[in-house]
Amino acid sequence: MTITADYETVEDRPVRPVDPDTTRVTEHGHARPAWLMMTPFLALYLLFIIGPSIYMMVMSFFDTSLTRPGLGGFAGFGNFAEALGSSDFWSSMWHTVWFTILTTPPLVVLAFVFALLADRASRGRWFFRLAFFLPYILPSAVVALIWLWLYTPQLGLLSKIVTGLGLTEPNWLGDPSLAMWSLAFTTVWWTLGFNFVLYLAGLQDIPRDLYEAAAMDGAAPWQQIRRITIPMLRRTTSLVIVLQIIASLKLFDQPYLMTSGGPNYATRPALEYVYDMGFTDFRTGYAAAVSTLFFILVLAVSAVWVFLTRRQEQGF
Amino acid sequence: MTGPMSRRTLMKGVFAGLGAASLAACSSPVGAGIAGTPIDPGTVDYWNLFGGGDGVRMQQMEDAYRKANPGTPLQAVTLAWGNPYYTKLTLATVGRKPPNVAVSHLTRMKTLQAADLLEELKPADLARHGMSAEMFNQRAWNAGLVGGKAYAIPIDTHPFVLFYNTKICGQAGLLDAAGNLAPIAGPDAFTEALAKVQKVTGQFGATHGINGDTATPWRLFQTLYSQLGGEVLGDEGTRVVLDDAKATQVLSFLRTLTVEKKLMPGSIDYQGAIALFANGAAGFHLNGEWEISTFQTAKMPFGMTLVPNVYGGTYAVQADSHTLVVPKGGAAASGQLDRSLGFIKSMLDQSMTWAQGGHIPAWLPVAQSDAFKKLTPQSNYAAAADSAVYDPPGWYSGSGSDFENIMGSAIGAVEAGQLAPDAAIAQIRTKLSALASTASPV
Repeated sequence: MTITADYETVEDRPVRPVDPDTTRVTEHGHARPAWLMMTPFLALYLLFIIGPSIYMMVMSFFDTSLTRPGLGGFAGFGNFAEALGSSDFWSSMWHTVWFTILTTPPLVVLAFVFALLADRASRGRWFFRLAFFLPYILPSAVVALIWLWLYTPQLGLLSKIVTGLGLTEPNWLGDPSLAMWSLAFTTVWWTLGFNFVLYLAGLQDIPRDLYEAAAMDGAAPWQQIRRITIPMLRRTTSLVIVLQIIASLKLFDQPYLMTSGGPNYATRPALEYVYDMGFTDFRTGYAAAVSTLFFILVLAVSAVWVFLTRRQEQGF
Repeated sequence: MTGPMSRRTLMKGVFAGLGAASLAACSSPVGAGIAGTPIDPGTVDYWNLFGGGDGVRMQQMEDAYRKANPGTPLQAVTLAWGNPYYTKLTLATVGRKPPNVAVSHLTRMKTLQAADLLEELKPADLARHGMSAEMFNQRAWNAGLVGGKAYAIPIDTHPFVLFYNTKICGQAGLLDAAGNLAPIAGPDAFTEALAKVQKVTGQFGATHGINGDTATPWRLFQTLYSQLGGEVLGDEGTRVVLDDAKATQVLSFLRTLTVEKKLMPGSIDYQGAIALFANGAAGFHLNGEWEISTFQTAKMPFGMTLVPNVYGGTYAVQADSHTLVVPKGGAAASGQLDRSLGFIKSMLDQSMTWAQGGHIPAWLPVAQSDAFKKLTPQSNYAAAADSAVYDPPGWYSGSGSDFENIMGSAIGAVEAGQLAPDAAIAQIRTKLSALASTASPV
């Protein structure tokens, strides 16, 4: 007697009905070790991110002082009203937004262009990858020192170049209307490498045969970029944009180190305003209220972006 | 077995290491913080904010103390100066883990005292260690009193001074027979001196930090404005008493020097201003005396003197003092106050070492000694200690404060030609009034 079951067709095999309970059990079986592995991270996340954030929101309703223990007297919405009525608050918020507007487009477009060029290089690709990514590994303090010397009036490298060409030297960090552009330029040089690497990875994921097929059909290189590369990188682009907007909104180091928020407060971003109120003026309750308002702004920007990309993805 | 280390051996090693570290932590400040025990009883725990040349000299003084007091271990912590320092000192004291002795600027000490974070230093306790009010520079001592009580021991006065390049000033004919800068009096004489120097250098007469530096413009303004007898804040900072006419006079003068006559660069940062003076592009440099080490290291021919009495009234110059304070609770353990005061006295006795860094000793036994009188260029401007003008009292005032930022931002903008004097005064008034009417968080 043969033990091999003999079936006429594949369809005749006894199919075990999918039991929803069984799948849940298996998922559960995986979920437990997963949660266990994540526990250290979650504990730290609760302790250092969620906890302080909740404390910040609570504190924003009190006249908390850095020099006194406890929360201090209840202020209701007083801190929020003061912030919304303060021109210093609004100008610092605008400086953060202005910096984001100045840096996001070049950091996305240039990263894409350079990644495209580096991807095309048949030889020495490692060199371009390294060259564009290297500045990104520098700490902000080092970047600030390098660029402070480059921008220094009278003595700096840029000053020598510009005056050597017979032009009058712009006051890079000392002119209120130019200082933010100078900070933005430094930031583009510094952080371009991160987006560049994301784009390069995205480019390498595009199947080569698409290009070959397009080339056979007579598509010019520019058409290939427009019809294949850009659409295939759509997901990378939306990731790069959202990461970049959040990174730019976090502006603090560059103006704090390079201009101290000056000249005459022209580059003081929202986070430095929070720092000044909390640590220079000891008004931690008010600083918490400003932080909460800034948190709402970042949340709103992120929410709008997620909404837009969701809709876009559903459209395809 | 000589094979590669197995995972198990490695893990054992790591855990053993962690265990040892956590045991060792019990006697460390972290362990003491968690267990709520006093940090190393019997030692002097000392916080300061000195870097650069001052840091090196402070360490020499600490070593001398250690040698003289082998029974009292000294734990010295150096933190970056500025708001981070005062934040840490405040939080450590509020959290009842203060150091036994800490450095504070005299103008910031007032805020710490208002927040009830300092121990009063009673005359009887000071007398036990050979200190009394009349042994200190009276200007610095009295400026540090709150309600007639002492909360801080001044160790120096560090005024705003005039650095000059002796070679350039000699060529410009500005030196006297002894090779020192001949006295300059009045705005015209000051302008003329800068113009003469500019002819020699071909670039600038004087420099001082403006970009990204709000403190230096404030120090220069305060020096000139005080020579006119002007004040900015009254009633402990609750009232803005800025004298528009006097402020306009000073701001217009500064604007003339930078924007109109280009005798000073209206846009240069702190380091750039130093570099321009050090490489001979300017013959004068306005800054705090602490930069003395920078120019000594540069091996350039320079002298230091009082900032000229530009407006001819009672001489006045912006300054602050480093003081030593005992944070509240820092003297809780028995005998701790005496250990701390003994340490403070040791620092005062070593004022001669401290004076190398350009600071004028507040401790008169040293300040009036022949040794200090022979110390040049320090003794040339030692008179500044008696004419020192400190930042006005107020919870938002003092070195590195919001007050200095507000003043310095507007003054710097005038010097850079971005704001007219009256617009700068309006901006100062708006920003200061907002703070003056805010309830003090201290």
